[in-house]
Amino acid sequence: MRSRLQAVDAAALGALGIQARRVRSALSALGIAVAIAALVAVLGIAASAKADLLAQLGAEGNLLTLAAGQTFSGNAVPLPTTAEAMIRAVPPVGEVTAVANVSGVTVRRSAAVPAINTGGITVLAAQPSLPHTLSATVLRGRFLGGVAQRYPEVALGYSAAQNLGISVLGPTTQVYLGGQYFAVVGILAPVDVAPEIDDAALVSFPVAQSLLGLDSAPSRIYLRADPDQVAAVAAVLPFTASPEQPEAVEVRRPSDVLVARVAAKTAFVGLFLALGAVALLVGGVGIANIMVISVLERRAEIGLRRSLGARSRHVAVQFFLESTALALIGGVLGVALGILATAVAARIGHNPVTIPLYVPFTGLGAAAAVGVLAGVYPAARAARLAPAQALRAIT
Amino acid sequence: MIALELRGAGKAYPPPTAVTALADVTLSVATGETVAITGPSGSGKSTLLNLLGTLERPSCGAVFVAGTDTSRLPDRALSGLRAWRIGFVFQDFHLLEHLTVLDNVATGLLYRGVSAGRRRAAALQALERVGLAARRAHRPSQLSGGERQRTAIARAVVGEPDIVLADEPTGNLDSSTGAEIIGLIAGLAGPRTTVLVITHDTTVAAAMAREVRLRDGRVVADTGAT
Repeated sequence: MRSRLQAVDAAALGALGIQARRVRSALSALGIAVAIAALVAVLGIAASAKADLLAQLGAEGNLLTLAAGQTFSGNAVPLPTTAEAMIRAVPPVGEVTAVANVSGVTVRRSAAVPAINTGGITVLAAQPSLPHTLSATVLRGRFLGGVAQRYPEVALGYSAAQNLGISVLGPTTQVYLGGQYFAVVGILAPVDVAPEIDDAALVSFPVAQSLLGLDSAPSRIYLRADPDQVAAVAAVLPFTASPEQPEAVEVRRPSDVLVARVAAKTAFVGLFLALGAVALLVGGVGIANIMVISVLERRAEIGLRRSLGARSRHVAVQFFLESTALALIGGVLGVALGILATAVAARIGHNPVTIPLYVPFTGLGAAAAVGVLAGVYPAARAARLAPAQALRAIT
Repeated sequence: MIALELRGAGKAYPPPTAVTALADVTLSVATGETVAITGPSGSGKSTLLNLLGTLERPSCGAVFVAGTDTSRLPDRALSGLRAWRIGFVFQDFHLLEHLTVLDNVATGLLYRGVSAGRRRAAALQALERVGLAARRAHRPSQLSGGERQRTAIARAVVGEPDIVLADEPTGNLDSSTGAEIIGLIAGLAGPRTTVLVITHDTTVAAAMAREVRLRDGRVVADTGAT
C-alpha cells in the first residue's frame, strides 16, 4: 500500500508541464539556448582558428631561414657566396632557395612618379625555386621562369602589388624598376612564413647582376630540413654557411611566428567563456523564475496530486524534472546553434570547421547543471505546500 | 468494522488566523455507511473531511483510517493511504485541462506505480460506469459541469478505494444534474465502500443513510449516533 511513482511516469509528468505551457517554456529554454550557443561558438571558433594555424605550423615547421647578420660593432656582414652550395651539401636539407637584396633601386608605376615614392617596396633577386621552397602560391600570372633569366621581368609580392595598384595582369603591365621598365609576369599570394617577400619586387639573379648592378652574395637563404632533424640542422647552419664568422649569421624558424599567433588567437577565449557563463547564469535565473511562478499557479494541481496519493517528494521530482528538461531542451538547441555559428565563422575565415568532441558535451552538461540548480528551489517550494491549503487555491 | 474514526479530534490554525475550525469531535463511521456532513459555512465541515482524508493533521486528538492512527504516520505512509484507500471528489472538480478525460481518470492510479496501459484500461472501465466512455478523448473544457463531475467521480473510484470523500460535489451544479451526481455517488457505496459527502443541500443529505450536523466546529446532531 505504498505511494509509488514510476520513473517513466515522472519523466512524462516533467514533459507534460512543458507541453502544457509551450510559449513560456520555449522562451525560457531560449535563454539557455543563447547562452549555450555562445559558449559552444566561442570554443568552436577558437578551436577552428587554432586548427588552421596548427595545420600551417605543421607544414611550415621545417622551414628555416638564414640571414646576413651584423658584427658586434654593427657592420653588416654579407653571407659568403659559397653559403648556398655549402648548405645544399648538408644531408637532411631538402629544398634551398636564396634571395639577394638589390640596394639603391626603387620600383615605381612609371618614370613620372617621383623617385622618393618607393612605397616601401624592396627589390630582391630570387631563384625560380622560391615559390616551391616557401610553399608560396602564385595569385596571378606565373613566377619568374626561363625568360626572366635574360630579360627584364618582375614578379610582385602581395603587398607590393597592392601598393603599386596592380591587381590584374595584362600583356603590357609594367613597372619602372631601376631606370627601365620591367614586365610584370606574376603576383604572389601572401607568404605567412616570409612576410619580407610580400613587400618585394622579385627579379632573377642574372638580370639583377647585369641590369641592376647586384654583386653576387645572397642576403637570405630559405631551406627545408627533414622534419625530424630541424633542430640539428639549425645548430650546424651558421658554421656551414659562414665558417669564418658563424656568429654573424642569423638562423630563424619562421613557424615561431605562427606559434605566437596561436597564443594570440586563443588569448580572449577565457574572457568570452566567462561572458558566456554569465549569460548562462541569467538563463538559469530565468528558468528558476518561471518555475517559481509555475508552482504558484499550479497550487491546485499540486493539491490534487497530493490527494491522489503523491508524496511531497513526487511533487518535488515533477517540478525538478520539468526545470531540468527545459534547460536540456535549451542546451540541445544551443549546441546546434553554436555549431552552426562555428561553421559560418569558419567559412568566413576560411578555416577548417573543428569542434572538439568535448565542446557539445560540455554545453549539454552545463545546461543540465543549470536546470538542476534552477529547479531545486521551486521543487522544494512545491513539496512544502500543505495539501489542504494547496487545494483551496483558485484554479 | 470501523472505516473512519475521530477521537476528540480538533484543528486550530495558528495566528494570524487563530481560528478553531474543529473542536473535540468524536465520530466513527462503519464500513459501507453513507454519511452526509451538513452545517452552515465555517462550521468545520471541510476541515473534518481534510482530517479524515489525511490532507491535514489534527492539532489534538486522533484520526483513525481503516484502523490506523494517522496522526503519527509520516508523509510517505499518509500518501500511501490516499493512493490506495481514499478517493476524493471536489466541488470545483480539479480536472487537469491539458489531459484528456481518459488520462484525467487514469491519473487516479498514477501514484500506485501501476503501468500506463493498466491505468488507461481501468480508467476506461470507470468511465463506462459513469457513462462517459464516449467522451474519453475530450478535454475537460469541452464537457458540461455534470460531465466534469462525473469524470472526477470516475477518477476517485478508478482504484476502487474503501473510502470516498466528497466535498460539496453538487455545489457548482444545477439541481437536476446534482441529483444525478448524488445518485452516482450513493450508488458507489457497497458492503466495502464508505461514502462521506459534505453538502448544503437537504435533498443530498436525505439520499444518505446518516446525517452528521456541525456547528462552530462541534457535532450538534448525528442521526446515526448510538
